[in-house]
Amino acid sequence: METSLKRPALLISVVIALIALPLIADATGYTALMSLATRVLIYGIAAASLNFVLGYGGMVSFGHAAFFGIGGYVVGILYQHYSLGEPLLGFIPGTNQLLITVPAAIVVSGLMAAVIGALSLRTGGVQFIMITLAFAQMLFFLFVSLKTYGGDDGLIIRRANELPGLNMRDKQTVYYVCLAITALFFVILWRIVNSRFGNVIVGLRQSEKRMAAIGLPAYRYKLMAFVISGMGCGLAGALMANFLRFASPDMLHWTKSGELMVMVILGGVGTLFGPLIGAAVFIVLETLLASWTENWQLGLGLILLFVVLYTQGGVQALGARLFGRRA
Amino acid sequence: MSQPILNVRGLVKRFGGLLATDHVDITVNPGEIHALIGPNGAGKTTLISQLMGELKPNEGTIEIDGRTVDGMPTARRVSLGLARTFQITCLLPDYTVRDNVAIAVQIRQGHSFRFWGDVRRENALAEEASTYLGTVGLDGRADELVANLSHGEQKQLELAVALATKPRLLLLDEPMAGLGHVESQQMIEILSGLRSQVSMLLVEHDMEAVFALADRISVLVYGRVIATGTVDEIRDNPEVRTAYLGEGDELC
Repeated sequence: METSLKRPALLISVVIALIALPLIADATGYTALMSLATRVLIYGIAAASLNFVLGYGGMVSFGHAAFFGIGGYVVGILYQHYSLGEPLLGFIPGTNQLLITVPAAIVVSGLMAAVIGALSLRTGGVQFIMITLAFAQMLFFLFVSLKTYGGDDGLIIRRANELPGLNMRDKQTVYYVCLAITALFFVILWRIVNSRFGNVIVGLRQSEKRMAAIGLPAYRYKLMAFVISGMGCGLAGALMANFLRFASPDMLHWTKSGELMVMVILGGVGTLFGPLIGAAVFIVLETLLASWTENWQLGLGLILLFVVLYTQGGVQALGARLFGRRA
Repeated sequence: MSQPILNVRGLVKRFGGLLATDHVDITVNPGEIHALIGPNGAGKTTLISQLMGELKPNEGTIEIDGRTVDGMPTARRVSLGLARTFQITCLLPDYTVRDNVAIAVQIRQGHSFRFWGDVRRENALAEEASTYLGTVGLDGRADELVANLSHGEQKQLELAVALATKPRLLLLDEPMAGLGHVESQQMIEILSGLRSQVSMLLVEHDMEAVFALADRISVLVYGRVIATGTVDEIRDNPEVRTAYLGEGDELC
């Protein structure tokens, strides 16, 4: 009873803190806090999307940066065609409207996830990890060689996408837009995880043999989960391109897939908010450690080692245990 | 006689040089409990896996209710009314007892592409799951995690999950294995109570259970069916005695 009240209370206080954050940043003069928080939210969406297949579904994808990058490039490419005034492929007009680019990014990354997933999900285990990695690297090299869209240098998006009635040049507005989308995303993810669909996905992680024996055709469900996950990463990529006003092949690099995975593991595999917490820990650590030393990865690696060895379920589990013990 | 619910003809399965299933013919009639006995390594579990479509036979054909199911994936066969239990229990360890059964009910009801409603709040699923748990005598343990169940309770849950798919033919892979005497008696009682609802192919080592339950018995040795008959016929068959019953003539 106590815990059932504690969780919503905690959630509400976190949401209030996030809403008040720009005011705090202004008051303390630490304005970098806001861009830090925006990145946390965006990576939180990406990591939570990865976690849906990795943590809930037990499909270890090492290629989710592909969908993150595709989301970013959809925004970038549409913007380039908008600013040049020439339609994409001769018939798709470019645009700088967030209400079009973000859904477009979600759809395109969902389609890519359907293609990559349809092929990768015929395998399992280590082969699955390697094939998803291979697909992501193929896309990485594709964008590196696409000179029309900046190649190696990436695509500069001169202005963030517009949203009617809002001034998207204001960092604070971008933060609130990201916060609203993040909130919406997590509500949807929460519903999916607890739905009939989520039920079979979590069942598949626990025992595919059992699920087959009660009559589940696993492939189509795993594919659907993979597509949903890819769409979430595409959404995050589109937001990131708007936030950075830049889309580059770096977004698709395999190290990005690794970073997303580290966030999931840091925060808590197979939990709803774990990946968001993981993203926060990762980005704060990156910022702090990088201000001390160039070799910040070493420190991060040690911390990751500690988390994996001793927390049994990431920072979220650690927090829950400390919190639970004190109460 | 009416058409058999399961009709296996000339089934062959090879693993390299090993003939795990050697031209097996076996039938199960509606309402019948057909026991399959044989020493360890005789290929009983391999046979069940082929019936379920988890393993692909090299030769032969399998009919369920007159319908050829060769090449059909497991999920389709389950929808035709086939269900199995596992000798080494295979359940969803992070779920509660009730959830393990409810998910089988959910899948039987059709596709699971429903993304919004909370599945734990669907009372109809939970209630139906409870009736199956009642059948196997686990209704008091519905909220327990599977990981916390005793071995005997896990065996009972295996049965409840299989029943939740509303099978017409149950393939039971050693449901008594590892059970104590009291638990075995309980399992025999449960199975005997189900006799009128579902046909069964019962793979079992426990001779007491086999003789108590079976209408017919087939004996599998080195992948081959060496005899099929009623309980008395098998008991008196000299070939079976030497090959299988052997020195274990005494019953439990």
